[in-house]
Amino acid sequence: MERYFQQEIECAPIEQIKAIQNEKLPKQVKHVWENVPYYRKKMEEKGLTPEDIKSIDDLHKLPFLSKADLKECYPYGLLACPLKDCVRIHSTSGTTGKRVVAFYTQNDIDMWNECCARAIVAAGGSNEDVVQVSYGYGLFTGGAGLDGGSHKVGCLTIPQSSGNTERQIMFIMDLSATILCCTPSYAAYLGESMKEMGLKPEDIPLKAGIFGAEAWSEEMRRDIEKTLGIKAYDIYGLTEISGPGVSFECSEQHGMHINEDHFIAEIINPDTGEVLPEGSQGELVFTSLDKEAFPLLRYRTRDICTLTREKCSCGRTHIRMCKPKGRSDDMLIIRGVNVFPSQIETVLLNNGYAANYQIIVDRVNNTDTFDINVEMTPDMFTDNVGEIQTHKKVLEDGLKSMLGIKAKVNLVAPKTIARSEGKAVRVIDKRKI
Amino acid sequence: MSVKQVSVFLENRPGTLNNMTNILAKHNINIRALSLADTNDFGIVRMIVDDVYEATTILKEENFIARFTPVLVYAISDEAGSLDKILQSFTEADVNIEYMYAFAGKQRAYMIFKVTDVKKAESLLSAKGLKSLTQEQISEV
Repeated sequence: MERYFQQEIECAPIEQIKAIQNEKLPKQVKHVWENVPYYRKKMEEKGLTPEDIKSIDDLHKLPFLSKADLKECYPYGLLACPLKDCVRIHSTSGTTGKRVVAFYTQNDIDMWNECCARAIVAAGGSNEDVVQVSYGYGLFTGGAGLDGGSHKVGCLTIPQSSGNTERQIMFIMDLSATILCCTPSYAAYLGESMKEMGLKPEDIPLKAGIFGAEAWSEEMRRDIEKTLGIKAYDIYGLTEISGPGVSFECSEQHGMHINEDHFIAEIINPDTGEVLPEGSQGELVFTSLDKEAFPLLRYRTRDICTLTREKCSCGRTHIRMCKPKGRSDDMLIIRGVNVFPSQIETVLLNNGYAANYQIIVDRVNNTDTFDINVEMTPDMFTDNVGEIQTHKKVLEDGLKSMLGIKAKVNLVAPKTIARSEGKAVRVIDKRKI
Repeated sequence: MSVKQVSVFLENRPGTLNNMTNILAKHNINIRALSLADTNDFGIVRMIVDDVYEATTILKEENFIARFTPVLVYAISDEAGSLDKILQSFTEADVNIEYMYAFAGKQRAYMIFKVTDVKKAESLLSAKGLKSLTQEQISEV
């Protein structure tokens, strides 16, 4: 039986969701116009006033916001309410330059926590559950988001935060944690460690995991599900919009439902900015309808993804987004070919290696070099040089057919690639371009 | 009786072998014989040690990948022609050698052979009068 945190809204007819959006959007535009001079100027440059945005059909007229705008507005430039009304900030590391600082009022926090609560209930959670939150607590939204959601559902919450793997496992076992929330790479690492300790999936009390903040493949999902003996659910979000819980997976595990009563999603052509029809692949853009302190309109996520309104058997009506194919930030262009780390992960897992890898790109004599360090596993090790080389060749061939370019695989000793207790450093780009 | 050889995966960069020997030294494990298979990308250390269980346990604790490989060890006299003689028995018994290495004891020399089917090879060679050494015997020579 599918369970919902807020069935009425999660399963509302599409017309009702549209009506909610139509009511909220003009109000939100007005709020931003009146309180954020930076965005107002952007609208004025396009000859727009709040009166031009009467419904969601007018959304496409609004100017975009990008990471560059956030950088320019650091720290207060996009703040839309007095600081005295704000109760929290969260911050995310930018790949270059300034960090993003997002502000929250109490209402913003409540709304965000509700989104996370929907995700926990969709993963089978109820007040009977013990939720271990192993996302980092602090400036990162992962810990606070799922912690808040877990409280809303009424679960017993273990605010474990990241790190100290032994203690993580001790609490899971001793307090019979049933739901684990962390990054997928950390879930895989915990699974690996528990296996090493001789724990079998049936010994582990966990039944579900909510994993996000990183790209991960279906193969990695199956891997984690097998070692921990759980059902693994994806969750998506970004600090700029609120945090985890912007969208989440249901029991179908086929796309993440976007909380459309709070956020409008669009897919655009990243080159032209043109809005693309449902089902097209493009860049994901979000407009937050309820945020008071940090209300971003048409924020370009740089995530490449598709949306679908196809009926979902879970009963939820909110639009689904596919697992982002990769952040366009993560995308590497190597010898002119687009490479997403998630593709590499898929090939590794299919070939029996762990999803622990590091991509090293350099430029030698004007040609890109493309190395992937892969950890040797006890399962893949034999005493026979030829066998190891054959396995490696199969892996290199698999990578070539997935990526379209040749990568050199280096087998490295176990646990030499830094494990992610927060986010994994998957790419080292030494090219000076 | 076959003997347990310890095989260890090594990354191909300076210091990895030394790092391994250092761990063994700290735990007072004596390496009786060692051979290194190297490729462009990685190496495999194969060794006969005095305490195989202790050696693999501590290597695993230090994040090395180590496993047992059964090998055959034969004593030969330390003089010209003795290797030729033993290999002749291998040839006659049609036993294929994947790799081999040697170490010298106090009295004699010892050859370590990796073959595809250890049990079969052992009985074929035993029929030729060759008696392989046990783990205990090795620690005494």
